[in-house]
Parts: sequence; C-alpha cells; structure tokens
Amino acid sequence: MPFQPVLLWSDAVLWLLVGLLATLAVVSRRAPPLAAAWRKVGASRVGMAAATLLAVFALIGLADSLHYRLALPAEPGKPAAYGVEVLSVLDGALSGLRGRNEKTYSAPLATQSYAMETAILANGGQQRDFPPLRYGGAQLKPGDSWMADVTMRGISGVVAGGLLWWLISTVLLWNARRGAAPGDAIAQIEPWRGVRAIFMKRPPGSFAWDAVLATLLVVCLIAGKLTALSAGYHVFGTDKVGQDVLYQVLKSVRTALVIGLVTTLVTLPLGILLGIAAGYFGGWIDDVIQYLYTVLNSIPGVLLIAAAVLMMQVVIDTHPEWFATAAERADLRLLALCFILGVTSWTGLARLLRGEALKLRELDYVQAAQAFGVAPFTILLRHILPNVLHIVIITLVMDFSGLVLSEAVLSYVGIGVDPTTISFGTMINNARMELAREPVVWWSLVAAFAFMFALVLAANLFADAVQAAFDPRRSAQ
Amino acid sequence: MFAYLVRRLAYAVPILLGVNLLTFALFFVVNTPDDMARMQLGVKRVTAEAIAKWKAERGYDKPLFFNGAADGTAKLTDTIFYAKSARMFVGDFGAAEDGRDIAREIATRIGPSTALAVPTFIVGLLVTVSAALLLAFVRGTRLDFWGVVACVAAMSVSGLFYIIFGQWLFSKALRLVPISGYADGLSAFKFLVLPVAIGVVAGLGSSIRWYRTLFIEEIGKDYVRTARAKGLGEGTVLFRHVLKNAMIPILTGVVVVIPQLFLGSLLMESFFGIPGLGSYTIDAINAQDFSVVRAMVFIGSVLYIAGLILTDLSYTLVDPRVRFD
Amino acid sequence: MSAIPVQAAPADALRVRDLSVGFAAGGRVLTAVDGVSFDLVPGETLALLGESGCGKSATALALLRLLPDAGRILGGRAELGGDDLLALPPARLRDVRGNRLAMIFQEPATSLNPVLTVGQQIGEVLARHLGLAGEAARARSEALLRQVGIADPAARLAAYPFQLSGGMKQRVMIAIALAAEPRFLLADEPTTALDVTIQAQILALLRDLQAQRGMGMLLITHDLGVVAEAAHRVGVMYAGQLIETGRRDDFFRRPAHPYTQALFAALPDVARRGRRLLALPGQVPTLARMPAGCRFAPRCPKAFARCGSEAPAWWPVPGAEEGGQQVRCHLYDPAEAARYREAFPSAPEPAVAGCGTDAAAMVTAGQDAATPAASDAPGAAPLLDVQDLQVHFPIRRGLFKRTVGWVKAVDGVSLHLERGRTLALVGESGCGKTTVGKGILRLLRPTRGEVALAGRLVPDHGRQALAPFRRQMQMVFQDPFASLNPRLTVGAILLEGMTALGLPGGKPGAAEREAAVAALLDQVGLPAEAAYRYPHEFSGGQRQRIAIARALAVQPDLLVCDEPTSALDVSVQAQILNLLAELQERLGLAYLFITHNFAVVEYLAHEVAVMYLGRIVERGTVDEVLRDPRHPYTRTLLAAVPRIAAAGEGAVGNVASPGETPSPANPPAGCHFQPRCPEADAACRARYPEETRLSPTRVVHCHRWAGKDVPPMLDK
Repeated sequence: MPFQPVLLWSDAVLWLLVGLLATLAVVSRRAPPLAAAWRKVGASRVGMAAATLLAVFALIGLADSLHYRLALPAEPGKPAAYGVEVLSVLDGALSGLRGRNEKTYSAPLATQSYAMETAILANGGQQRDFPPLRYGGAQLKPGDSWMADVTMRGISGVVAGGLLWWLISTVLLWNARRGAAPGDAIAQIEPWRGVRAIFMKRPPGSFAWDAVLATLLVVCLIAGKLTALSAGYHVFGTDKVGQDVLYQVLKSVRTALVIGLVTTLVTLPLGILLGIAAGYFGGWIDDVIQYLYTVLNSIPGVLLIAAAVLMMQVVIDTHPEWFATAAERADLRLLALCFILGVTSWTGLARLLRGEALKLRELDYVQAAQAFGVAPFTILLRHILPNVLHIVIITLVMDFSGLVLSEAVLSYVGIGVDPTTISFGTMINNARMELAREPVVWWSLVAAFAFMFALVLAANLFADAVQAAFDPRRSAQ
Repeated sequence: MFAYLVRRLAYAVPILLGVNLLTFALFFVVNTPDDMARMQLGVKRVTAEAIAKWKAERGYDKPLFFNGAADGTAKLTDTIFYAKSARMFVGDFGAAEDGRDIAREIATRIGPSTALAVPTFIVGLLVTVSAALLLAFVRGTRLDFWGVVACVAAMSVSGLFYIIFGQWLFSKALRLVPISGYADGLSAFKFLVLPVAIGVVAGLGSSIRWYRTLFIEEIGKDYVRTARAKGLGEGTVLFRHVLKNAMIPILTGVVVVIPQLFLGSLLMESFFGIPGLGSYTIDAINAQDFSVVRAMVFIGSVLYIAGLILTDLSYTLVDPRVRFD
Repeated sequence: MSAIPVQAAPADALRVRDLSVGFAAGGRVLTAVDGVSFDLVPGETLALLGESGCGKSATALALLRLLPDAGRILGGRAELGGDDLLALPPARLRDVRGNRLAMIFQEPATSLNPVLTVGQQIGEVLARHLGLAGEAARARSEALLRQVGIADPAARLAAYPFQLSGGMKQRVMIAIALAAEPRFLLADEPTTALDVTIQAQILALLRDLQAQRGMGMLLITHDLGVVAEAAHRVGVMYAGQLIETGRRDDFFRRPAHPYTQALFAALPDVARRGRRLLALPGQVPTLARMPAGCRFAPRCPKAFARCGSEAPAWWPVPGAEEGGQQVRCHLYDPAEAARYREAFPSAPEPAVAGCGTDAAAMVTAGQDAATPAASDAPGAAPLLDVQDLQVHFPIRRGLFKRTVGWVKAVDGVSLHLERGRTLALVGESGCGKTTVGKGILRLLRPTRGEVALAGRLVPDHGRQALAPFRRQMQMVFQDPFASLNPRLTVGAILLEGMTALGLPGGKPGAAEREAAVAALLDQVGLPAEAAYRYPHEFSGGQRQRIAIARALAVQPDLLVCDEPTSALDVSVQAQILNLLAELQERLGLAYLFITHNFAVVEYLAHEVAVMYLGRIVERGTVDEVLRDPRHPYTRTLLAAVPRIAAAGEGAVGNVASPGETPSPANPPAGCHFQPRCPEADAACRARYPEETRLSPTRVVHCHRWAGKDVPPMLDK
C-alpha cells in the first residue's frame, strides 16, 4: 500500500459528529414539526446561501480530517515503512502549496522577497536588492510581463471556475428534479440551465435554489481564480518562515470546525441531561444541579479555561511518553481544549432547558402520561426531550460562531491550541507583531481575518435562519 | 431587605467554597506539586532536591488536606488547602512567583483596570441601548433591516481585528494617540480613549441586536397596544412604556458584570500596555504563575456573586413586583 | 352587496363601511374581515357576536388601527365626525384614540403596564387629551376610579397592576378608556377572562356607564348570554363576514340565519337534558380556504345548490320593521319563498326550540324526566369515595426556601360518585376544583384524606402500587392544544397508556395494536387513518376527541373531565358534550366533571358540588342545587350567570355580588364566604359552618341552615 491510513482522535470525533448530524437530519425528516421548521430554513435565501458557504468550509475541513502516512521508498526485503509526517487528503491536494516554501515574508502575488538581501555579484561587487522568490513567479522568464501572466491566469481560473459551477449545478439540479413533484418550480428548469434557476421566480416557501446556486457560483469563481493563480504565485503571500498563507488559511478551517463542533459534543449531553433533569424533577436534584452551574458560572470563563488549560499543559508536558508523534500531541491538546470549553460552557444550555422543562412538566400531555403511570425516564425521553429539541438545535448553531471567535482570543492569550497547530488564532498571533514593520506585513492577518469573518458570518446568518424557523417568537423579525 | 441581603450573602459561602474546592482540585489534585515543580524547573535533568527546594519555597511541601504530623488545629491549618485556598477568604493570596504580595499588587492595579473598564461599560451601554431603541422605533423599515445586517456583520468580526486594526489605524497610521502605555491622573485620557472606543465598538453588534430583540418582543405585548389606544405617540410609547419594561431583562445581563469591571479587560490591557488586572492575569498565565491565576479565579467568583446580588437589588428599582414582594 | 344593513344613522354616529382586514402570512395576505358595514350610534350598544377566528376582534382593532404587525387594512371607511379613521394621518389619528374613540381589551392581566402605577396610567390620558396635570389630574383620576366602583380610590392610584385582582384591573382599564370622556367605546371580550361573578359586575358597570354617558359601545363577544345582558343591537359574524343584524329583542325572539339558529340550538341547558344537542358538522373554514358562495354553506343544514355558488345578499327578515333585522341568506330572498317555507315551516317566525330559558323559567319548570332519581342504589359501595381530601402547597420564601405558609388549594373535600353518573364540581377559578381532580388521580400528592375506588383504598404514591388504579380512572384535560404531545403521532399517543399499564393493545404485535387504535378512534368518531397523523393536523374539537380516546384506551370506569369544553367554541362544545353523553350511555362511565359553566352542568350532570376556596359549600342533585340553591355563594353564582332573556323582555339586570374571591393562602376567618355574603352575621365571622344535611342527597355548609338537618332516620 502506498499509504497507511491514520485516524487521529479528533478525526474520529469529527466523523462521529458528522454521523450524528446525519442521524439528526433523518430524525427531523421523520418528525413533521421539525421537518416543517427545516423546510422554513430551506426557504430562507440568506439561510441557504450561508448554509452553502458552510458546506464548502465543511468539505475543506473534512478533507483535512482524512489522515494518512505516505510509504517511504520500498527497500527490498524489509516490511513497508511509512513516513513520520501525518498528512491529510487536503495536504495531498495542496501539495503544491505545502511544499513550496520561501525563505521568509513575501507579499501576495510577489515575485521578489519582502526583505532586502545582499547579493554577491558575478563581478565580485555587492548589491543590496530584493532577491527573486524561489517559487513565486518562478515560471516567468526574463522579459515576461508579470501583469500579463497574472491576468491570463486570473481569466483562465475564472473561466474554469465557471465551468466547474456549471457542472456542479447541473448535477445538483438533475438530482433535485428527480425528487421534485411535477408542479415544483425546480421541475420546470432544465438541469443544465443553472443560471436560469438563479433568476427563476420561486413560489414563496419553496427551497431557495437560487441562493444556493448563486453562492456556489461565487465560491467557484473565487476558487477557480485562486487555484489558477496559486499554481504560479503565493496568492496571499508567505509568512515569516516562508509558508504559503493560502495553505495556512485552508488548514485553519479544520481547527475552527473541530473547536466549534466537537465542543458541542461535550456541551450537549451535559446541558441536555442536567438541564432537563433539573427542570423536570425539581426538588433536591434541581438544587444540586443549580449549585453546580452557579459555581461553574461564577468563575470568569477565561480564567477557568486558563486554569484548566494550564493544568492540562502540565499533564502533557510531564508525560511526553504518551504521544508517538508531534501531530498526535497537538491533536490531543486540541481535543482537550474542546473538552475544557465544553465543560465550562454547558451551563447556558442547561439553564435554558431547565426553564423549558419546568414549563413542559406542567403541560397536560405530560400530566396525561403521569396519569398512565409512565416511568419518569420514559417521560423525559418521549415527552420532554423531543419538545426541547428546537432549543438544542438553535443553541448548537448559535454557539458555533462564538466558539470559532473565542479560539482566536484564547490562542492570543496563550491558552489556545498547540502552537504547531495551524489555526486562525495562531496565524493572527504570529502575525500581529508584524504590523509594526515598515512596510507593513498585512497579508497574513488580513487573510486570516477575512476567512474567519466569512466562516463566522455564514454561521451567524445560518443561525439566524434556524432560529427564525424554530423559534419564531424569539427571532427578530 | 436587610434580612434578604444577609441570606443572600450566606448563600454566597457555599458557592465560594465550591469554587475554592474546584480550583484547588484543578491546581493540586490533577497535578501533584511534584509535577508542577518538574514543569517549572524543566522536565529534563531535574533532581529530587531541586524539586523539594522548589516546593518548600512555595509551601507546597505540606499535605493536601490533613496534616497528621501537626498538633491540634494545625492538623487542618498546616496544609496546602488551608494555606493556599482557605486563606483566600480573608484576602490572603500569598506571593507570586516573583515574590511580590499578590494582594498588594491587585490593589495597585485595580485603578487602571477600572479607569478602562468603567467608561467602556457606560459608553457602550448608552450607545447600544439608544441604537437598539432607534432600530426598534423604525422596525420593519429598510434602516432597521440594514441595521440588523450591520449588527450581524459586526458580530462576525473577531474582537482581535477591532483591536489590531484600530491600533494600527489610529496610533500608527494617523498617529492620533500613543500606541500603548499608561499614566495616572488626567493624562490617562490619551492612553484610554482608543481602547475605550475600540471596546465599545467591538461590543456593538451583538448587544444592539439582542436589545433590539428585547424591545421588539416588548412592543408586541398587550400593554403597548393599550398605550397606543390612549393616543400616545410612538416616542412616548417607547420611552415611557417599552424601555421601562425592557430594562428588566437588560439589567439581568448588565448588572451582573458591573463588579467584574474591576477585573479589567484581558485583551485591551495587554494590547495597550495598561498595567491593570487584565494584563496581570495574562502575564501570569504566560508565566504559568499558578498562585496569581488562583487568586484571580477566586476574586472573579466573589465579584460574580456580588453581581448576582446587585442584580437582585437592581430589580427592585425597575420592577414594582419585586419591590413590594 | 347592494343593500347594506344599516338604517339612516344620525350624523354623530361612527359609520363603518365595507371594512376589510387581512393578515400577511407566508407572502400572501389572507382576508380575515370581508366587507363589514355597521353604524355605532351614541347611546346604543352594538354587540358583535361570533366564534373564535370570525374576525370580530380584528374589526374593532382595525377601527383604531391597532392591528398587529401582520395585519393590513384592505379597504373600507370608518367615518367619525367627518374623518375617515382608516385614512387619517397618524398624528390626527392619535388625537382620536382614547379621546373620541376608546377601547378596552380582553386580558386585563396583560393590558396594563406592569411597571407603572394606576395613577400614572390614567394620568397619561388626562395629560394627552385634556391637558390636565398635577392636582387636577389626580382629583380627576380619583373620581374616575370611584365611578368604576373601586373602593378607596385615593390609595389605589399609587398601586401597581400586580397588586390588583383581575376584576379591579378591568375596572382600571375601563377608567383609562373613559378618562377623556369618549363618545364611543370598543370593548373586545371585556369579561371573557373573568369569573362569572366578576363578569356580572363588569357587565353591569359597562351598561350603567354607557347609559349615563350616552356612549356608543361596540361590544365584542362570543357569549350569547353577554349579548342578552348588555346589547341593544346585535351583529353576527361568521368567517369574516357580518351575516345577520338586528335589534336584540328581535334577534332573540327569532334568530334568522341558519348559523345563528344553530348557535342557539347548540347551547346546552336543562331543557335539553337527555337529548343530543344540535351540533354543527365540521368547523369554521380557515382563512386560506374560504368557500365560494355563502361561507356557511358547507355546514348549513338548509343549504341548497345556490348557496355553494353565489354569495347571498342582505334581505330583511319577514315581519321585521323597516331598518330592523336583516340577514344574509338566500332563504330570505323573496324569490326563494317556497324554499323558505319548507325550511321554516312555522314561518314567519322561525322555530327555535328552547332558546329562551332564564332563572325564573328554570325554577318553575317541572322535574326533568331525564334526571334519574338520586339514591336509587343504596348500600353498594360508590365507584369513587373521597373523604376529607386535602392538597396544600407550601409557600416558600427566600433562598433556603423556608416554608412560610400554605396555600390550602383543597381543604377537606368529600365526594362520592356512583357508576354511570356525572358529578359536576363547580366553582370559580382558583377555588381548587382542578386540584381536587389531580389529587384524586394522584397527579398531585394529597396532604391528607382518603380516596377509595370501588371500595379499595388508592395509595398516596408509588408507581407500581398505583398502576391498577390508573387503569380505572383517567383524565381529560381542558386545553386540547396542550394535552397532546405535538411530536407523537395520534396512534402513539393512544398506545401510551396501554403500553405503560401493560394492556393487551400495548403488547407488541402490529396488527393487534392497529386494531386497538382503530377501535378507539372509531369510538370517538374519528377515522382510522387519523392514527398516522400528528396532533397539529386536527382542529380543537378533534383534538379533544383524541384526548378522550386516549383516556378510554385503558378502559377506565371513571373519567375526570377538567373543563373539557371551555376552550372550544359553542358549536364544537356541543359535539363534545354529545360524545361524552353517548359514551356514558354505552360504556357506563362515571364522570367527575369539573367546570364553571352552569349550562353544561344543567345539561349533563346528575349531582353538583359547589366549591369555594378549597371547600365544598353545597352538594346535592342538580335539581336541588340549581333550582333551589341554599348557600348564598351558590345563589350568587347562579344569579351572575348571564341568561338569554326571554323574548321581548328588557335586560335582566343582575344584582352583582360585591367583592372578589380572596387568596386561598389567606382565607378569611370563619366562613370563607362571609366577607362577600349579604347575610353574614357574627357567627359567620367566628367559625366555619358545619355540614348541614338538608335532604338525603343534599348538604350545605352555612350557619343560616345550621340545625335544620333532616332527621337522621330519613337519611338513606
């Protein structure tokens, strides 16, 4: 085998989460009230545009969660040996970006280094100049116009992106038509006429195909252009050690997803179980749970996380023997951070669910179940949990963006992910001192902030749409 | 009311005890003092004597909860728990890694922290509440729609961006204010104006949106319809009827943080070099100074509980149902 | 519509013409009020009568342009003194609101601002429209409070709404509405949220104020009794349209529209005991699916081909004077005269059976044959025997939740109920009647007392120990929208009890389960497919059927029905009452029927127990208690029930009993009712009266009857 699959802990958890979300999707399809709410989300243009963007980010993150180790050149007679470096499918796809490291900073699309160097000329004299980059613009021969090359690549990238979009939209529309009723607007569109679908007049309340396809178009055009340019240049420049910023930004997506999603995997069981139990049973159970979350709440969040992370660091540092590779160690630290964030942030959900369960337990259908002598646990499972599920879904999507943002802050404070893990936080943290340079090294920061903004904005907009559909009372119309 | 306060304070004790036990477990049970010593001194080539010396210097060489070797009450007091955790109840936080007394350090740093946090809080509250009222006033119009869009966009921007960009723009590019530093007295103004402004702006998006939701929810209530049926203008309805009722949920979120203002802001202080408690905490975290972190956790929870009590008291100002209960 | 059902109104009337209101939903605007026209004349009360969702509230709100955000005024005019209210610029409209045209709302609890004092809320109107401030405003506010019957008005000015009872809040609302002396008052279900004794007080107050000030009042209600008490003219609305108008007396003498007649026929009362109520099939059409032609046609028993295709015009009712009763029905088209005679054989006065019953008629009516003799099965252990049941809730204060007192929600209630009979437990809100039901079912743990079911003592708690008893007694709840879990299919809801109690239908075996569910649904008149659908797909009445089927699933002997029809419209209520009567006949069920509605009691119950503040004050057969009430509270209650006046009589003008129900946390000393009782004396203030047995079946707790027991040997 040319490679050996590696399953990092965070991969396992992330894929488990994907499975859970898929289950949730199936469950909500079968429960009409939830399905109706999801249909409302589907009809929201903004919500579906955001969801499309999120799906693109999720694809990047998931591609970055299939890890393997490459086989070393086979030596006859010996068992196959594999490299130490753990790579992901994304790394494989971006091998061009990953491998082409410059010496140090370079500006976006630059062909020369950021820093002057003293070069020894052939005649023995010295000259201070910006040396040409090793890879950026290396394909240019002397006399070639940089401008022409960039323009040509840009145009061909956009065209390729457009073609790609046409392909994807055709497949999507063809697929959607199969499932659509004959009267649906989508059934009137020929699958290969994706553009028409964007401009079609959609009956109110039907799925927002127009928003999905339009967002995909924008994403495809940008991706096409970036791909075409990145073959010859560092589109977003390089950082201090010469690593391509585009590559870092794409790698950061996975870290953000892990923080945003895996944390909820810890929050949900704690929050749901304790919240519902406190509200439904009341009495001393309620007292104990309330005490627990008042104690946790009373410690300022950052400090509690700081204390826990510091202690975790001590554990990790004093037990180097636990980790085979640096990647494993960084990975476990990432997971531990998620765990800590989860343990410190379930209180909000628990408090919400407690209040809701308190109301639900007085409802007649719960009383009716009690009148039949249904066991308390069954009542929790059949009558309470399904009726607070909308709150859980809303909290899940709302928390996501907050967690992504807090990762950056925690990394800045020094209690975030491992410094070797590429994340928006570490990128910002490494780059922020460079604003003091002259001329300013801005590209790392701007790229990290821009991608983080896109991800968080998409998550927030999606959360809005979800909240409007699941909890019309609270949503700000 | 007095009896109520006393009961409330009494309830704070078990909470603080819980916080205390939790932090104690986190700092001393998850990792033994030996582990910490090893880490502080460097994991490699560390001798048993060095560890013992490190522990003795910091008083970590005692038993955790119960000292069988001591006499009388010292069996309980001559322990790490008593010396490091229980003593915090009387304001004894011990010394930091650099040997300075933590309590005194905190006392000197509270001033700058407050000077930054209090104006940020007040200006922020005023701006957000007025903006949210404005959006509620024009609800359903284009201005409202784009206002909400702007809020969502603003809350999707990382707080670090506001700081880094603001600092670069106003201090470096425009040279309007110094990049960082602090001075006492009135001259603090020039150091504080930028961090305060950034602190306010960074919080606008989410707060305005949240308050707007509260206002609009309140506007949908029956008593607002009654007020309109009286012939009152929309302004009177908003300010006299809606605002007063919406203050109740707003206070819930706002008053609880007032005592915590003393803790200062971690990010602002560290970016702008303000010698407050926030930067003290960050420095401690970076230097892995556990004594300081522990002290800050304890103070933080004391202030949180104070905030809860204040919140309850503030209800009596706005909600007659609580006042007369 | 060519003919508009309004006579030439005086110039100072509020003239509403072709008012149409819609609500935006899902990108469409659904019409909720469709071309409504009427005149509101000073000195006259016009009642807009209709069931929920017929557009009557939207009509009133539209006049002041107070519709919720989704509401749209689609057309029409509302002329008041030369202004069109619907087109007035906002600033001028605000001069009208609360000044020339004021409004009071249904929920006094939420319609007052909770953080402003009564004085501030009245003062606002005075300042806005009369420019009064300071001492003048205070004096004026005080006078207003006095006018609306609030004792100690000076002190009440400083009170906050939460310190007032429901009735007092509604009085304050009225004071606010009247502050600027408006010419017209819109009252949107002003008494619906109130107890019957308070309702009587508020109706009397509104009637008096309207007459004194010569106001024009638009009274919106769903209650024929309220119309009879307070209106001069009536307009009936159905599915967004006005379908009948006329003077009250004409209206009650001969309701003309088939829908109006059906409303009367659906009213339960004593004259209809033992008979099925006339229940309209189906339900009010939804806004999204309005029938073409006459909107009532799909439910109308007298509909013919024309009704389904052509919307009817207004026609005068035969025999009505000029400008009198008019109706929107094809049957009154002179061209359909033959058909009209066929539909109403006793024309010109359409026959309406038994719509006019009042207290007097009831007392003089003979013994109802349908009422079985009371003590026909002596000796046998009753199905349900409750002895001295008490349910007390602790009042906890402070952080450590010390118990500082007890709310004695149920304080020593004894009941018994035979198989196949119905015991009505009657009382106003907060009297503890629902708590009795839940205490018997052990949904609440009783503080003291014993409950025996068919001779066996029901344990206080313990899931296993209670299981056999849970099979025998079940509950039907008040709110059909809260009593079914929205996330379960109807089939799953029905199976829950069988599974939990290990009945055969709950055992695995899909075919058997399906059959059991289908049988249950059939029993309550629903199709078997309903099992696969979810509660939200059903209307209120259908949901209540499902709730009944759920209770029947375990084949109980006793059903505790907690106001099962109070959330339903009259026509749907009739369906449910019919179903309950039929089930009792067929299955021999016993009902403990908890209600505040005396009409339902008269129609359905065999025995009555009247509760006040946690205790039963009077108990006996329906005839004894309702025809000859002995306890002053029972009398007050009965007097307060608005009666549909006999044709031609003026407003009945009930004497409203003063005061309101005190809190059960702090009941008055002595007899609980003594502060409100007109006949109270020193003994009443000193101690709670003992039980007095007035007949073998009747007991009363009142000092006035003390010692007048029937001799013991006559007992049994």
